Amino acid sequence: MAGLSLELIGLQLFAGLALGSVYVLLAIGLSLIFGMLTVVNFAHGAFFMLGAYVGLWLLSIGVNFWICLVAVPLIVGGFGLAVERTLIRPLYGRGIDYPLLLTFGLSYIIVELVRIVFGKSGYPVATPDALQGAVDIGVGYFPLYRLFVMGVTALILVGLWLFLERTRYGLIIRAGARDAQIVRVLGVNISRVWLMVFGLGCGIAGLGGLLAAPLQGVIPEMGGPILAEAFVVTVVGGMGSLMGAVLAGLLVGVVVSMTSLFAPEMAKVAIFALMAVVLLIRPQGFFGRAGLMS
Amino acid sequence: MLRVEKLNAWYGASHVLQDVSLEVNRGEIVCLIGRNGAGKTTTIKSIMGLMERTSGSVTFEGHELLGRPAHERFAHGLAYVPEERRIVTGLTVRENLRLGLVSSPNRKKEAELIDRTAEIFPRLAERLDQTAITMSGGEQQMLAIARALISDPKLVMLDEPSEGIMPVLVDEMFELFQNLKAGGTTILLVEQNVELALGVADRAYVLDQGSVVHHATGAALLADAEIQERYCSV
Repeated sequence: MAGLSLELIGLQLFAGLALGSVYVLLAIGLSLIFGMLTVVNFAHGAFFMLGAYVGLWLLSIGVNFWICLVAVPLIVGGFGLAVERTLIRPLYGRGIDYPLLLTFGLSYIIVELVRIVFGKSGYPVATPDALQGAVDIGVGYFPLYRLFVMGVTALILVGLWLFLERTRYGLIIRAGARDAQIVRVLGVNISRVWLMVFGLGCGIAGLGGLLAAPLQGVIPEMGGPILAEAFVVTVVGGMGSLMGAVLAGLLVGVVVSMTSLFAPEMAKVAIFALMAVVLLIRPQGFFGRAGLMS
Repeated sequence: MLRVEKLNAWYGASHVLQDVSLEVNRGEIVCLIGRNGAGKTTTIKSIMGLMERTSGSVTFEGHELLGRPAHERFAHGLAYVPEERRIVTGLTVRENLRLGLVSSPNRKKEAELIDRTAEIFPRLAERLDQTAITMSGGEQQMLAIARALISDPKLVMLDEPSEGIMPVLVDEMFELFQNLKAGGTTILLVEQNVELALGVADRAYVLDQGSVVHHATGAALLADAEIQERYCSV
């Protein structure tokens, strides 16, 4: 029995990392958008849900899953660009609560529109044929699709890291998150940078929704709980920190997964308990800068 | 080259600049002096496009700049080194210098320009790959100046570059300004260190309570104890 439980724990650890990968995809966008624009994007869960529905729709008209992986983030990201340009941009300079309330209201509108178009009940989404089944990962058989989700997340993270560390735009983003005025006087049109960062964050959230669809199905309300969890991740990791979002995302995934192994009814409570403990010990989170919100 | 006419600026409801007019000719060092709160910083921030509400006229080489965003003013050849250094401390010295080129057409010559900058600023050369936060205040200020100069701007505006910096570095800095002038760069300087500033300035404007109250050559103002006493003594 001892060997069996060790294997079970190992598998559950992997399940936690797969779940954490989805959190990471939401949290890096939230964190990027907050770090750069000081916008707390309450519509981020709605963009996640839109990703799942756009994917569902594309699959239903016969587009293959691999194309969806590219098309969904582009479509959702494009929608994010439109939202920043038309709704959020007029609110810059008016304090943190204006865009927060706007995105909060927007999330309700998006959810309601999806209910009108797709109906209130949810849909299951089939795992793509090529990604069905399970593979032996040493501690037992693990669903291939979940490994795939982890792999895609890792690719996105590596790509984002290279983009931020190695390119001119990355340098602008890293500097602009610290001091937007300096970047402006060095000739950068900061409005355009903010636009792109918002679109990028939303696009990655949309990809997260698409990847989560086969795991949990799609319903119009799917963005709500995961947004709350993604906020926990960004707070634990430190608002505005990408490294924090990644580590905290995986940690929260593992905490949920492990708690559900031992005390399933406590799983969702555990992450808020984790947040409380982290905030008591380190109010700015793992990698946050103290005083960022003030 | 730069002509400011009847420039007014507001912080919220308070009218902080009143009809400021001044001129900077190509190749000059022009200095703005006056007490704290006289409007020196606001004047150069308005020229760079960093004040929310301004009126009047700011033309640079014939282009009207007022109402244009800061990044377009950079594209016309204006550079600005703000107070308190404002280097990006999380980045390395090299990254800070690269940041000075991100929007410049010169960025294709990045490696060459960083080498050139390292020659002009030997203190930075030794520290290119250190994070900027590890440097002293004076070195950070040198970095901020180097970052503004790397794109070869036509006019550099500096806000109190010598503040809180050890005297050896201040001397180096003023030597640099004279070298820059010799190389054809135009400089608009805000300085608390009046004697030092007037020593290098071709002309100077004295500001008081948001208006220009006096204008003369650097040498004449340096000799004018009464004006200095009235408008600059703390």
